[in-house]
Amino acid sequence: MKPLWIIAKRELAGYFSSPVAYVFLVIFLLVAGFLTFTAGAFFERGEAGLGAFFGWHPWLYLVLVPAVGMRLWSEERRSGTIELLLTLPVTTWQAILGKFLASWLFLALALALTFPVVLTVNVLGEPDNGAILAGYVGSLMLAGAYLAITCMTSAMTRNQVVAFILAVVLCLFLILAGFNPVTDLLVRWASPAVVDAVAAFSVVTHFDGFQKGVLDSRDLLFFLSVIGFALFATGVIIRGHRAG
Amino acid sequence: MIRIDNLVKNFGAKRAVDGISFAVERGEVVGFLGPNGSGKSTTMRMITGFYPPTSGRVLVGGHDVAEAPLATRRLIGYLPESAAAYPDMTVEGFLQFAAAMRGLEGEARKKAIARVVERCFLGSVLRQSIDTLSKGYKHRTCLAQALIHDPEVLILDEPTDGLDPNQKHEVRNLIREIGRSKAVIFSTHILEEVDAACTRAIIIDRGRIVAQGTPQELRAMSATAGAVTLQAHGATAERLSALGRVESLDGAFRIYPRDASQAAALAAAVIDLVGREGWKVQGMYSERGELDEVFRRITLPDTVQK
Repeated sequence: MKPLWIIAKRELAGYFSSPVAYVFLVIFLLVAGFLTFTAGAFFERGEAGLGAFFGWHPWLYLVLVPAVGMRLWSEERRSGTIELLLTLPVTTWQAILGKFLASWLFLALALALTFPVVLTVNVLGEPDNGAILAGYVGSLMLAGAYLAITCMTSAMTRNQVVAFILAVVLCLFLILAGFNPVTDLLVRWASPAVVDAVAAFSVVTHFDGFQKGVLDSRDLLFFLSVIGFALFATGVIIRGHRAG
Repeated sequence: MIRIDNLVKNFGAKRAVDGISFAVERGEVVGFLGPNGSGKSTTMRMITGFYPPTSGRVLVGGHDVAEAPLATRRLIGYLPESAAAYPDMTVEGFLQFAAAMRGLEGEARKKAIARVVERCFLGSVLRQSIDTLSKGYKHRTCLAQALIHDPEVLILDEPTDGLDPNQKHEVRNLIREIGRSKAVIFSTHILEEVDAACTRAIIIDRGRIVAQGTPQELRAMSATAGAVTLQAHGATAERLSALGRVESLDGAFRIYPRDASQAAALAAAVIDLVGREGWKVQGMYSERGELDEVFRRITLPDTVQK
């Protein structure tokens, strides 16, 4: 297990060795703030909750998470360091998990820095802090799911931009499958059972529960399955390159 | 230490390595020669476990690379052809990472890093980030990484590529020194390196071993091996032809021995003849044979087809 943490540590340190990490954190916090307070009409709602904050996360992460994860494997392949990494005494899974966890931790840090929002609602009213905590857990799971998909697209190509675009497109599908305007459209020509089945694949459907403060094991399982599946696919893709 | 049995690697329909078998023991330095795309790097990548073989086996230290990849990787130090290193890290940070991945900690790690820094002459760039280094330093940083755990088996893919002549010399000495107690395989395009560092050379062409032996044995396969070149005032091809086949070069003659058994005595016979004829000798040498001539003859497409 030890090599996994050494890889994670190296990867995490890699984020902070250039200004990009700090720029990312600032952009993340600015956009999250703008969406919550201006576009989300936080004050006008008059609610002591963070619906205006969490509601935007599937869209906010759509661009920002692939930006964090796009280099994970494509950069290794482009520069050839993948040959070095995978001939060290580590298994492919340790390398994949180590890199994934490093990026996830970085996203968790970004998310943790949004704590002033929590302070704000607590000063202004008496929110259900349990629901807020559930929202944070859900948000982290959502970020993890997007990130795992980005890992997978990143393993597919040497080009970070291609990895980014592929990840955005795949994550967009996961949003749209349960996005109200889309499901409303689907209802016109498909049976409700089909619409529900499609929506069951959506991150929005499963993220809703967390936002309401419900920690449902099925929602948790959904996100963990997406992460597990995407990381497994990453492993298959990396093996595929080497098998020729 | 390394045993390779009938190794095959296909990439799609293309066969990159086609049934290679050889063994390397401790104390041997084996030079891998071959034209570009002949399967050298692919073979090395299969030994390190980066590529799984299509068929055949690789044993390192008695472990099968396919079955016990972690055990074999612990024994191996590997310098890939790209000599890649993480560009955003400093040399020191990168070596720390490599040492940590090899399970070196505390005092042992410090010592290991100090040792490879000295051996690879990296002292002056320790705190520099890798993407600001020149090619030679990058290359040596990656080489240092391969040596950090003092591996039993060293696989070096073009270790002297991109180095200046002094650095090449140092790296060759290093390889020879390590080869006294470890098993080393390195690939190269530079034939003089085979002489300088190898105990044995293997020539690969189109995925097959086409020749192998000590540098002397390979040179003896050269057409000029054993011939005597004479530059002397008054010498004529006609007189010399009594000793063997004579080739006229620019102002000199090259005499080829009739067969291998005669080769040893040829130089003495030429000196004898020169003395009897009273020719004034300006130069005379025994040809040891040219490695690059052997290499070209073996690996050129038309000669192989025969």
